[in-house]
Amino acid sequence: METESGVLTGEHFLSGNEAFGEGALAAGCRFFAGYPITPSTEVAEHMAERLPQVGGIFIQMEDELASMNALLGAAWAGQKAMTATSGPGFSLMMENLGLGVVTETPCVIVNVQRGGPSTGLPTLVGQADMMQAKWGSHGPYEIIALSPSSPQECFDFTVKAFNLAEQYRTPVLVMGDEVVGHMTERVVIPPADKIERTPRRTPRVPPEKYLPYEPDPDGVPQMALAGQGYKMHITGLTHDRRGYPVISEEAQADMIGRLVEKIRKNREKITEYEEESCEDADVIVCSYGISARTSQLAIENARAEGIKVGVFRLIVVWPFPESKIDELAGKTKGFVVPEINCGQISLEVERCAHGKAKTILVPHAGGGTHNPDNILEAIRRAAA
Amino acid sequence: MARTELRFAGFGGQGILLAGYIVGKAASIYDKKHATFTQSYGPESRGGACAAGVVVSETPVHYPHPVKPAVLVVMSQEACVKFEPGMPDNGVMLIDEDLVTPQRMNKTVKVYAIHSTRMAEELGRKIVANIVMLGFFAGVTKIVSHDSMKTAILEAVPAATKDLNENAFEQGYEYGLKAQPLP
Repeated sequence: METESGVLTGEHFLSGNEAFGEGALAAGCRFFAGYPITPSTEVAEHMAERLPQVGGIFIQMEDELASMNALLGAAWAGQKAMTATSGPGFSLMMENLGLGVVTETPCVIVNVQRGGPSTGLPTLVGQADMMQAKWGSHGPYEIIALSPSSPQECFDFTVKAFNLAEQYRTPVLVMGDEVVGHMTERVVIPPADKIERTPRRTPRVPPEKYLPYEPDPDGVPQMALAGQGYKMHITGLTHDRRGYPVISEEAQADMIGRLVEKIRKNREKITEYEEESCEDADVIVCSYGISARTSQLAIENARAEGIKVGVFRLIVVWPFPESKIDELAGKTKGFVVPEINCGQISLEVERCAHGKAKTILVPHAGGGTHNPDNILEAIRRAAA
Repeated sequence: MARTELRFAGFGGQGILLAGYIVGKAASIYDKKHATFTQSYGPESRGGACAAGVVVSETPVHYPHPVKPAVLVVMSQEACVKFEPGMPDNGVMLIDEDLVTPQRMNKTVKVYAIHSTRMAEELGRKIVANIVMLGFFAGVTKIVSHDSMKTAILEAVPAATKDLNENAFEQGYEYGLKAQPLP
């Protein structure tokens, strides 16, 4: 049943890519700018069809650089905005992702990961942009990223991403992958009044008292929108709390300190994961996205061999659940990390385990998913 | 029901992907099971060999792709050559017998045949051959219930073609209920 809220309440059989779009609409997104790229194209197609139905705007831009800029402009005009891309497009968005970070602009970027680098494997799966999600734009900053494992989570996590973007005033990345984007499953969409929507943090002071980058106690400043009567200077240059460029070490320390700390200090509130049987596990399989699903057969087989296997699935990948991994490392012999890259999240697990438990990467160059036997073999080694 | 893997294969344009989508939707939305539909993606889905996978289960589906599908529905010889050798023992193969001649190298595989394309032509439009095949599939395998499949089909096709598609489905279903495996 369609409502004016744009929420497609009910049970649907949707692809992950369609579910990203429905999640965005349910969260209140009314602006999409993008450049179609395999394997994310269906997100744009779906938004092109759906946004006009709910009074929103869809723009196909000339490229991904412009798409990212259009997103930022729409956000400053008051809209909740999203784009979707993959591989090469994600690379092109990196510069202006940094502009979004430094201007503290809420928006959501979906990356349906494919095999890379470069043009790579347009139609085949990868998970090798996870560190790019963390560090892809230049300069010091923190970011928020989530990783769905099913069409239902493509919906749920996109809603979550919009809310985190508003709460922390930052671009939020939804790191999907080709398999999850293209698989079709049941997606249950709740009634509109059951969907949490975080509103824009608009100024609570009159224009003459407004300092654009003066933070609230949680480190996040209030955001005036175009047309509200507040004077704004929005710049990619390092700026002071008035928003004016200040090219100094001190201004940089103040601004970066706040940008980084608004995420780090709220890490425990932002991080989210799913754990199963980790408390007394010999081995913990830590994974995300499609790899969390392909691991299941190996986990069942290892349990049948008598190995106690725990499952730790990342929902929010960035910021990383550092203290949780540290705590689990004290209780287990080892972590097994299957991911469709040559070692990215495994490095984080290893870092956060502080040498208390071993970390075994199960790599995959991309283009397909893991053979469960390779994961099983790694579980055996970790348990030994 | 434990994990059951299905594969639908044929030429791009035969409605193979739509058939897989309909089965997945019927199983998950209307039969209230878990189902994951995946499809060949890229130029092959617009011509050439094309395949859809559906995994149906009472419990959540983890691995999304079919590994060794117990049921293979083939509507082109090329697809048959590609997928028949991977059939497990006691698997079930559904073919359009005007288009496909199976090799029958595994004697434990049960083959059920229908003239789906010819029946569709007799109904008035060759394009509903995939819907005849879906009826046949439901009648032979019972993996998806008659009513769920019919509902999913009628939701997926243009309104003006509902009667045609319903007839196509029912004819295939009746044929499937009576069908015996090839000797």
